[in-house]
Amino acid sequence: MNISADNAIVRLEDVHLSFGQTEVLKGIDLTVNRGDAVSIIGPSGSGKSTILRCINALVQPQSGRITVNRTRVDQLTRESERIALRKRVGIVFQQYNLFPHLTVLDNIVLAPTRILGTDRREAEKLARELLEKVRLAEKANAYPGQLSGGQQQRVAIARALAMKPELVLFDEVTSALDPETVGEVLWVIRDLIRDGMTSILVTHEMRFAEEISDTVVFTENGRIIDQGSPEQIFHSADNPRVRQFVSGLSGRGPVRDGEGI
Amino acid sequence: MTAATLFQPRRSSKILRNVGFVALPLLVLVWSLADLTLGRELLEWIPYLASGFAMNILIALCAMVLGTLVGVLFGILELVPYRLLRYPVVAYVQIFRNAPHLVLIFATTYIFPFEIVVFGNYLPFPDWVKAVIGLAIPASAYIAEITRGAILSIPTTQWEAAKGLGFSRNQTLRRIILPQCLRRSLPPWMNVAASITMGTALASLVGVHELLHAATDASTAVRRLDFTVIAYIVVMAAFFTLCYPIARLTRRLERRFNAA
Ligand SMILES: Nc1ncnc2c1ncn2[C@@H]1O[C@H](COP(=O)(O)OP(=O)(O)O)[C@@H](O)[C@H]1O
Ligand SMILES: [Mg+2]
Repeated sequence: MNISADNAIVRLEDVHLSFGQTEVLKGIDLTVNRGDAVSIIGPSGSGKSTILRCINALVQPQSGRITVNRTRVDQLTRESERIALRKRVGIVFQQYNLFPHLTVLDNIVLAPTRILGTDRREAEKLARELLEKVRLAEKANAYPGQLSGGQQQRVAIARALAMKPELVLFDEVTSALDPETVGEVLWVIRDLIRDGMTSILVTHEMRFAEEISDTVVFTENGRIIDQGSPEQIFHSADNPRVRQFVSGLSGRGPVRDGEGI
Repeated sequence: MTAATLFQPRRSSKILRNVGFVALPLLVLVWSLADLTLGRELLEWIPYLASGFAMNILIALCAMVLGTLVGVLFGILELVPYRLLRYPVVAYVQIFRNAPHLVLIFATTYIFPFEIVVFGNYLPFPDWVKAVIGLAIPASAYIAEITRGAILSIPTTQWEAAKGLGFSRNQTLRRIILPQCLRRSLPPWMNVAASITMGTALASLVGVHELLHAATDASTAVRRLDFTVIAYIVVMAAFFTLCYPIARLTRRLERRFNAA
């Protein structure tokens, strides 16, 4: 595996973060290379979402270094600098959080036109291409409320991609979905990763993580207690906690390839 | 749902509407025809009453426009993180939301001068403008609360999603939060509009020539008990015609939003 410095797009070094008295991240070290897919797994409350939110400066750690493509995220002091970072780092949430008063197309077009200053025609063209990519071309004029959870989540992915980000963070994007629609969302993410999009995914879909990841990271209680190739983590982990967690969950969330599409 | 349950509320509201839109004007008409001297008297005074009523509409419109502009701004300011800005606004809203409209109209009438000096020119400051301000103040306080409530009712995940895309706080408010507040605050906003419209009658007490004042003038001039009664029935009918459609529309919108 290539871990030369210039190939790393995200690097976290000894990141500590507390919310008030509770220490949530207790020294996180993580490197993500350009074009890689890294999955973060681990029990709920172990700090997975917080790691993602540090990377695009939604929260600020108390100590440690965070570098995203030569930007020292931990040293950003002004909101304008954080906004500049967030333009480059897409994030997709568990609850999709589409803007309910806007059509699917406008949801996707809003940020590029208002933040990047892309002209409307060009932004719409890109939006339609992205909708094609997430297989929702015919829903351009629908409102979020008229779509299923899986469809909404795919729009949310298209919305993040419309900013042409350098990397995308996925925070349990299938956890809130009906089982029937999980597959269609994973399908889209798999395509994206195959196209070379750098991705960091927090997920409970173990088979999916095993299939698409270059590296799998296991977090517990604010620490990364194991990381390695999918083969290492899922089939030959030394750490008993990892073995227990992986075997306990491996039956959950099978990948339904292409189902419902 | 059966046809009967669908039909029931419609019929009862239709009866109500008939009382306002048909019964009161009908009463005026029949009475005027039954006593033609009264009818002729009323007909003579109708233009005068109408000019008064135009003033009510003018005051209500101006007070609502002003109250909405200030109210939305103050509702947003009630939520800013800077205490120096927030505390005075919160105090304003709390005080004027609970102040009787009549007191505010008296206050603005007697506190403001009858003319103001702008670059050496004396501009008149008419009483009706003071009444507009007196009503715009409580309207802005109510609308600030409506706006604040609507902003708070939008899930924080909307802010988070916008932030994640690179929107600033102000852009998020303007492009994502406030548009969603619009439909939530429309029904309570219309309640305020109806209440302010009825409140315009209070301006008569500080001498503004509006409908109630015109009716009082008319009955003083005519000096007939039956004319006094019919004049005030006309006043009631006029306010009903203006306010009832607003109330109806509000209720229909509320029902539609609750269903959605
Ligand atoms: N904004 C916050 N304020 C206080 N505590 C928080 C906040 N966000 C997360 N936490 C706490 O931090 C811990 C880790 O949360 P999170 O990163 O969401 O875990 P995970 O995504 O692995 O389930 C949890 O105990 C959670 O309660
Ligand atoms: Mg989480």
